[in-house]
Amino acid sequence: MKLTGAEILCETLTRLGVRHVFGYPGGAILPVYDALGKSKLHHILVRHEQGATHMADGYARATGGVGVAMATSGPGATNMVTGIATAMLDSSPVVCITGQVSSKLLGSDAFQEVDITGITMPITKHNVVISRVEDIARVVREAFVIASSGRPGPVLVDITKDAQQAATEFDWDASEPKLPRKRIRNNHDQQEFDRAVELLNTAKRPVILAGRGIMLSGAIETFEKFVRASNIPVAMTLLGIGCFPATDPMNLGMMGMHGEAWVNTAIQEADLLIAVGMRFDDRVTGDLRSYARNARKIHVEVDRSEINKNVPVDAAIIGDAGETLAHLLPHIHTRDHSAWLAHIKELKGDSAVRDIQSLPDSGHLYAAHVINDLWKVTRGGAIVVTDVGQHQMWEAQYYHHNKPRTLVTSGGLGTMGFALPAAIGAKFACPHDEVWAVVGDGGFQMTMCELATIVQEKINIKIAIINNGYLGMVRQWQEFFYDKRYVATPLVAPDFAALANAFGIRGERITARKEVVPAIEAARSADQPVLLDFRVEQEDSVYPMVPAGKSLHEMIRRPNNPLVETASEP
Amino acid sequence: MEVPETEEFMQTIVAYVENKPGVLNRVASLTRRLAINIDSLTVGPTENEEIARMTICAHTDERGAHRLEASLEKLVDVLLAENITDRPMLERDLALIKVAANQQNRPHLMELIKVFRGRVVDVAPESLIVEVSGTVDKIDGLLEVLRPFGVLEMARTGRIAMTRGNDLLRPPAEASAKSADTAPASS
Repeated sequence: MKLTGAEILCETLTRLGVRHVFGYPGGAILPVYDALGKSKLHHILVRHEQGATHMADGYARATGGVGVAMATSGPGATNMVTGIATAMLDSSPVVCITGQVSSKLLGSDAFQEVDITGITMPITKHNVVISRVEDIARVVREAFVIASSGRPGPVLVDITKDAQQAATEFDWDASEPKLPRKRIRNNHDQQEFDRAVELLNTAKRPVILAGRGIMLSGAIETFEKFVRASNIPVAMTLLGIGCFPATDPMNLGMMGMHGEAWVNTAIQEADLLIAVGMRFDDRVTGDLRSYARNARKIHVEVDRSEINKNVPVDAAIIGDAGETLAHLLPHIHTRDHSAWLAHIKELKGDSAVRDIQSLPDSGHLYAAHVINDLWKVTRGGAIVVTDVGQHQMWEAQYYHHNKPRTLVTSGGLGTMGFALPAAIGAKFACPHDEVWAVVGDGGFQMTMCELATIVQEKINIKIAIINNGYLGMVRQWQEFFYDKRYVATPLVAPDFAALANAFGIRGERITARKEVVPAIEAARSADQPVLLDFRVEQEDSVYPMVPAGKSLHEMIRRPNNPLVETASEP
Repeated sequence: MEVPETEEFMQTIVAYVENKPGVLNRVASLTRRLAINIDSLTVGPTENEEIARMTICAHTDERGAHRLEASLEKLVDVLLAENITDRPMLERDLALIKVAANQQNRPHLMELIKVFRGRVVDVAPESLIVEVSGTVDKIDGLLEVLRPFGVLEMARTGRIAMTRGNDLLRPPAEASAKSADTAPASS
C-alpha cells in the first residue's frame, strides 16, 4: 500500500512500540501532524519545545524505553537544543524528530530553515537528515537502535517537508535497520580481568562506586549479588541513586561535592575503588591529584573512551555492567570487611550529629525538612523528578530511594527547568505511580508554562516548589566564595499558588513546619494536580560541600548548629 | 591499564568511515571538542566505494590519542579507528613545490632535486615545479634545501599510513570476525 512519508513515520513509530509523542507543530512538520491525527499515537502538546525534549527524556529515564519528541524546523528545532544536550550528558535514549524545509530549499535560508543536524552534531549520539521518502522507515528504526543500544543517547532525525509529503510503497520488512558494519571489538582482556579479580579478593578497604550505567544495563539484581558476594560497601553517584536500596546497611549514600562526609572520607581512605557504570565526573572526584590516592582502581564501563579519561585505573573491564559483574561473580571470595565497615560507621556517627535532621524543631521551615517529610509521607515510593540546585542536592540527601528509576534528575548538564516537563514525561511513562516534581523557585520559572500542558492533558502530578527567594545554589557559592556579594541571585517570583489557580491547578502556600505533612497528605489524596509552594529558609546552604577544585576530603562541614548559623529572618 | 601522562608526540590514527556526506565534519567536530589539533588529515576511497579511509595525524599525548581513537570509534559512521603509531608502518606525504629558477641556477637545482628523488614536472622561464613523495622528514629536508632559491608555492597532501607486512588493517565490512579477534583488546 502506498503511504506518504508522514504516514510512514507514524506507522513506524507505532510499530516500534511508541505510544506518546511530545511535541509542538509548525509549518515544516505539518504533514506529520496531519498523519498523527489519524494514528493511534497520543500527541502531547507542550508549551515550548525544550519541554518536549525534557518530557521525552523524563519518559525515557522513568522506564528505560525510548522517549520521542517532535518539533518543526528552525526555532522549533533550536528550542530542543538544551533538552538534547541534557539527554546526551546523562546517556538518555531520546529520539527527536524535526521537520525541515523542502529539499530543494535546503541551504537557501528559507523561512524557518536552520541546519539543526549541524547544530546538534556534538550533542547527539547521532543525527541524520532524511530527504527521500523511501528512507524514512529504515532511518527511524535505525535511530531507535542507536538511541537505546550500548551507551544510550539522543538521536535527531530531520525530515524534509517534501519527504513527508511524497508517497511510496510501505514495506516494513524491507525497512530493516542497516547500520554501518562496525568492527566488533573483542574487549575481553584476560589480564585486566585477572588483575581486577586479584584486587577484589585482596583489598582491605574497598568501596564500590555505583553509577547510572548499572540501571542502563538493567543490572540491578546482578549488582546486588555482587555487593553481597564481595561484601563491599557502595557509594553512589547522583545518577546512580536507586541502583541499590538507600536503606541497605551496605549503602553509604551519595559521593562527591555534596556527598556525606563519611562517604567521601571512605573513598579517600579506601585501598580499592570499583567503579561500575560511572565516569569519574569532576563533581564526584574533586581535585584529581589528591583523589583516592591510596586506592587501586577497577573501572567497569561500557564506553571505551571513558577509560583513563579522568582517573587512571589499574584494571579496566570494558563491557556491559550486568554482563561484566556476572562474569566476575564466580571469582569473588566473600571476605570479612567488618573492621573497615565499622570504621565507616564511626565516621558516620560523627557526621550524623551535625545533620539537620538530628536537630529539634525550631519552627523554622528548612528545605531538608520538607524533603525528608515528603520521603516519610510517600514512604519512599514516589518517582521524584528534581530540577537543579540546592533542592536537588537536598533531595539526594534526604529522600531515600530504594528502587531504580525513582529519581529523575539532570546530573551531567545540570539543566534548570528540567523538573516540571520531565515529571510530565515520567507520569506518562508510569501513569500508576505517584510523581512529584521537586523544583526551586528559579528553575520553576524557566519552564512553568508547562502547567498548561498538565491541565490540557489532565494528568495528576504533584509539584513541590522549594521557594527560598534566591537562586539558592549560586547564592551559596557567593556566600562561600564571593564574600556574600549576592549579585543577580535574589529572585522575585509570582505567588505560585495563585499562579497555579490561574492555570486551573490547586495551589497552596506552606510557611511553617507543622503544615508540611498535612499539605503533602492532602495533595496525595487529591485526584488532581496540586502545587505546593514551600517558603523555606532563605539563606540555608547545602552541606557538606567540597568546593570546586578542592580535594574530596576538604569539605565544608555542616555548622554545629545550622539553626543558629543560617536562621536569618527574611 | 597504565596510560601515564606523557609528553606529546605525533600520533597516527587510521580510520575506516562510511563514504557519505558529513562524516568528515563529524570527525573534525570531535577533534575540536577534544581540543586536539589535527596536524594532517587525509581521506581517500577504498576498494569498497561505500567506505573511505582516513589517516589522522595529531600532536597529543598517549591519553589524548586513546581518547581520540576510542571516541572516533563511538561515532556511528566510523567503522574502525586504530592508533598505529607504535606499530611497524610506512608513512608517505606528497608535495608539489614551485621554486623560483633561472637559467643560471636551474642545473644546480635539478641536481639537488635528484638527490631527494624528486621529479621536475613543470618548467617555466622563471620557475619549476617539483613533485616529491616520501616521509615528512624527507620532504622537509628538500624544502630546506630549496628555500634559498625561493619557494613560491607549495601544496602537500598530508600523510597516509599503512602498517607493514601481515599486520592488516581492513574495513570490517569485508573483514571477518577473525580480524576483530586479532585487534588489540583494550589498548
